[in-house]
Amino acid sequence: MQREIYEPKIIGFFCNWCSYRAADGAGTARIKHSPNVRVIRLMCSGRVDPVFVLKALSLGADGVLIAGCHPGECHYIEQNYKTMRRFALLKHTLRAFGISERRVRLVWASAAEASQLTEAINELVEDIRTLGPLRWPANWAEDDGHLPAVDRILLEHQSAMEIGR
Amino acid sequence: MAERVGVYVCHCGSNIAGVVDVAEITRWAGTLEDVVVSREYKFLCSSLGQAMIADDIRGERLTRIVVAACSPHLHEKTFRRACANAGLNPFLLQMANIREHVSWVTKEKQTATDKVKALVAGAVARVKRHCPLEPMPVKVNPHTLVLGGGIAGIQAALELGDAGYPVYLVEREPSIGGHMAQYDKTFPTLDCAACILTPKMSEVGQHENIKLLTYSELEEVSGSIGNFKVRIRRKARYVREDVCTGCGLCIEKCPRKVVDEVFEAGMGYRKAIYTPFPQAVPKIPVIDRGSCIWFERGKCRVCEKLCPPSAIAFDQQDEILELEVGNIILATGWDLFDCRRIPQYGYGRLANVFTSLEFERMCNASGPTGGRIVLRDGVTVPQSVCIVHCVGSRDANYNTYCSGICCMLSLKLGHLVMEKTEAKVYACYIDMRPNKKDYEEFYWRLLDGGMLFVRGKVAEVTDMARLPQEEGKLIVQVEDTLLGKQRRIPVDMVVLMGAIEPRRDARETGLKAGISCSMAGWYIERHVKLDPVATMTEGVFIAGACHGPKDIPDSVAQGAAAAARVQGMITKGTVMIEPVVASISADNCSGCRICNNLCPFNAIDFLTEEKVSKVNPALCKGCGTCVAACPAGAITGAHFSNDQVGAEIEGLLWDAHGDGQPAMAEDALTLELAVS
Repeated sequence: MQREIYEPKIIGFFCNWCSYRAADGAGTARIKHSPNVRVIRLMCSGRVDPVFVLKALSLGADGVLIAGCHPGECHYIEQNYKTMRRFALLKHTLRAFGISERRVRLVWASAAEASQLTEAINELVEDIRTLGPLRWPANWAEDDGHLPAVDRILLEHQSAMEIGR
Repeated sequence: MAERVGVYVCHCGSNIAGVVDVAEITRWAGTLEDVVVSREYKFLCSSLGQAMIADDIRGERLTRIVVAACSPHLHEKTFRRACANAGLNPFLLQMANIREHVSWVTKEKQTATDKVKALVAGAVARVKRHCPLEPMPVKVNPHTLVLGGGIAGIQAALELGDAGYPVYLVEREPSIGGHMAQYDKTFPTLDCAACILTPKMSEVGQHENIKLLTYSELEEVSGSIGNFKVRIRRKARYVREDVCTGCGLCIEKCPRKVVDEVFEAGMGYRKAIYTPFPQAVPKIPVIDRGSCIWFERGKCRVCEKLCPPSAIAFDQQDEILELEVGNIILATGWDLFDCRRIPQYGYGRLANVFTSLEFERMCNASGPTGGRIVLRDGVTVPQSVCIVHCVGSRDANYNTYCSGICCMLSLKLGHLVMEKTEAKVYACYIDMRPNKKDYEEFYWRLLDGGMLFVRGKVAEVTDMARLPQEEGKLIVQVEDTLLGKQRRIPVDMVVLMGAIEPRRDARETGLKAGISCSMAGWYIERHVKLDPVATMTEGVFIAGACHGPKDIPDSVAQGAAAAARVQGMITKGTVMIEPVVASISADNCSGCRICNNLCPFNAIDFLTEEKVSKVNPALCKGCGTCVAACPAGAITGAHFSNDQVGAEIEGLLWDAHGDGQPAMAEDALTLELAVS
C-alpha cells in the first residue's frame, strides 16, 4: 500500500521588491517547485510582525517562510536588518513555545534569484515534511490550556536572564 | 452591513485554465461568505473582461473585488482602473496571483487547484477588510538627471532638452562620448563614429537646457518620484571651467606622460593634464592628481605658469552639488570583460593578443598608431589575424549570456583589417548572430570579401610551435566543427572579442537609485517586453547598455524612449502615488519613540508638546517596519494593516485549522501579545 505523502502548509511573507518578484520570476521561467508555500505580499520584510508568524502557526500552518532583499540591498535602505534582528528574537520565542526553529525560516532572494528562491522553498518543505505536522491548535486542545506554556516561557526567560541562580 | 464581494477567475487562455480547474474554483468561491458574484473569463485583462467586472460593480452593487489572475505587478493597475471607472475605490480590489505562483510552477492539477483555493480564500478574507484610499498627487519637478554621457545618455538628454525641459547630464570621465567616442567606424554602414557622434556631443555642450557636469559622480539619491534630491560629487579638475578657453597649451607643455588606460585602453599615452581626445566636450582639461608632478613632488606647475587666462587652480577641492530633479535616467553603460581571466587565450602574456577595445583604438585614425594596424612592436604589419568570438560570453565559466554585439564587431574589425592591410583574416565563432536590419547583408559581404570563418570555440592561443611554419607565430587551436577536425591556425595577431559586462560599480549605483540588478549585474526593467525602460522604482529609468548588451541603434532608441517617458510625466505636471503610508493614532501612542529611530527616511517626528509621534506622509515610503514594531499597536500601515494581513493569513489557512479549534488560536495570539 502506498503511504500518502504529508503535505505541509506554509505561509510565506515576501517583500514586494525582491523576493515577490523572484517568485514571479520563477513563474515566468516555469521553475516547478513545491506548491506548499502560500505567499502574502508585504512591502518589506520589515513589515513582518512576529505576531503574523505566530498567528499563522496557531491557525494551522506547519511553517513560515520570510523572504526579503539581500542585506545591503533593501528597497528601504536598511529595513531587512531590522527583520534580521526581530527574527533572532522570534526564534527565542518559538523555542519557548516548544516549536522547532526549523519551521520558521528567513531567506534572502534578489529579484533575479528565482531559482535560488525555489530551491529554498523546496528545501523548507522537505525539512518540514521530516518534522511532521505542527498541529498547534490541536496541541493546545490536548494540552491543559496555555498556562503551562506561559510557565515554560517564564522558565526560559529566567534561565536566559540568569535569574535566581 | 456585510460586504458584497465579486470573485473573478481568469483562464489566461490556457496559462491558468490548462493547469487549474477554473470551473471548480469559480463554483467554490461562490460558496464563500459574502461572495455574491463569482465568474470565470478567458482573458479578464481584455476590455470585455474589465467591462464584465464594471457591469457587476454597478448591477450587483459589489463593494469588493477579487481578481484571481496573474501577478499584481502585471495587472493590478489595470483592474484598479476598471474598478475606478465603475465608481468603486480602486483600493477595494485584491489580486490572487494564481498564474506566476500556481499554474506556471505546479505540475499536478489537483494540487494546483487546492493552492488556488487557498489564495482565493486569502484574498476574499483580506479584501473585506480593505479601506478606500485616495492616491496622493505629487508635483513633478521638470528637471531630470541623466547619469552617464555615452550615446544613450546623450540621446536622452538631447530629447529632453529639445523638448524644452532642463537636464543635468552627469558623466564620470572628463568628457562625454562614452565608448562610442573610442571607435573608428560603426557597423553595418561603416560610417565614421566621430562624424555621427561629435555633432551630438557639441550640441549637448552648447544646449541651453542641458547642464553638463563632467568629471562628476553620483553620491546619493533621496526622495521619490517628482522630487528626488541627488548629491553629485564634482571631482576637483584643478582647472577653472569658467576661465579655461580650451586652447590646449597646458596639455602640450605638460612634462608628464602616462599610459591612458581608459580612453586609449592602454594603447596610448596622455599627459597628466589632459582631455581624453581632441573633440572632447567640454574641451576643458583635467589634472590627474595621481600622475601630476606637482602633486607628487611639489614642483613643476608648468601649466599654471603658461596658461594664458590663468585657469589652473591647484587649490580646487571636490565639490558637492545638491540637485533637485523629478526623474532620473540611468545610462551608465558597460565595461569590457577582463580577458586575463581566460589565461589560455594568452592576453597579457602573449604580446600580440589584443582586446577588441585595444584594436578599436588601433584602427582609429586619431588613435595611438594613427589608424595603422601593426603588431605590439609598433611597426610590423600582420600577415594574418584571427578574431576570437565569445571571450567570456556564452561560457558557463564566465558569463552565460550572449554579448550580442561581438559578431558584428568582429565583422567590422575584419573588414577594417582587410581594407587597411593584405592580411588574411580568420574569425572563430560559435554561432554567427547578425540579427538586425542590414546585419546579415554585412555578413554576406564579408563572406564574399574573403574573410575566413571557422565554426568552433577556440581552445587555446599559444606561441609553442610544433611545425616549422608555426615558428614565431601565435597558434590558434580550435576544433572546426563543420569539418569535424582539430585545426592549428598560425597567425601574427589575435583579437579577443571580450564580453560586454555591466559597469563594475553598477550594483552600487543601482542601490543608490533604488533599483535592482540581475544576477549578471544588468539593471532590471519593470517588464521585459512591455516596459523595458522603466524600473520598479517610479521615476527611475534605464537606457543603453546598463540594461544589457546593446549596440548603438538600440542604445539610442532606449535613450529616446526613456526621455519620452520622463517628458510624459513632466508635461502632465503631477503624478499620483500610492497612499501606502503609515499613520499613528495619537490616542494610542504612548510616546515611547521606538518607531522614531526605525525609519531610515526620518518620516517620524516626535511632537514634544503632545508627547506622541507623528508620521509625515510625504516622507513615508510605506515599508511598514514601524507598524510591526509599535508595542502599543498605535501605528497603522495603510493597505497592509494588522487586520488585513491577519485576515489574509486566516483565509490562506482556511483548510488548515479544521482539526483544532480556531478559538484557541485567538488565545495564542493574545498570549503572544502579553509576552511581548
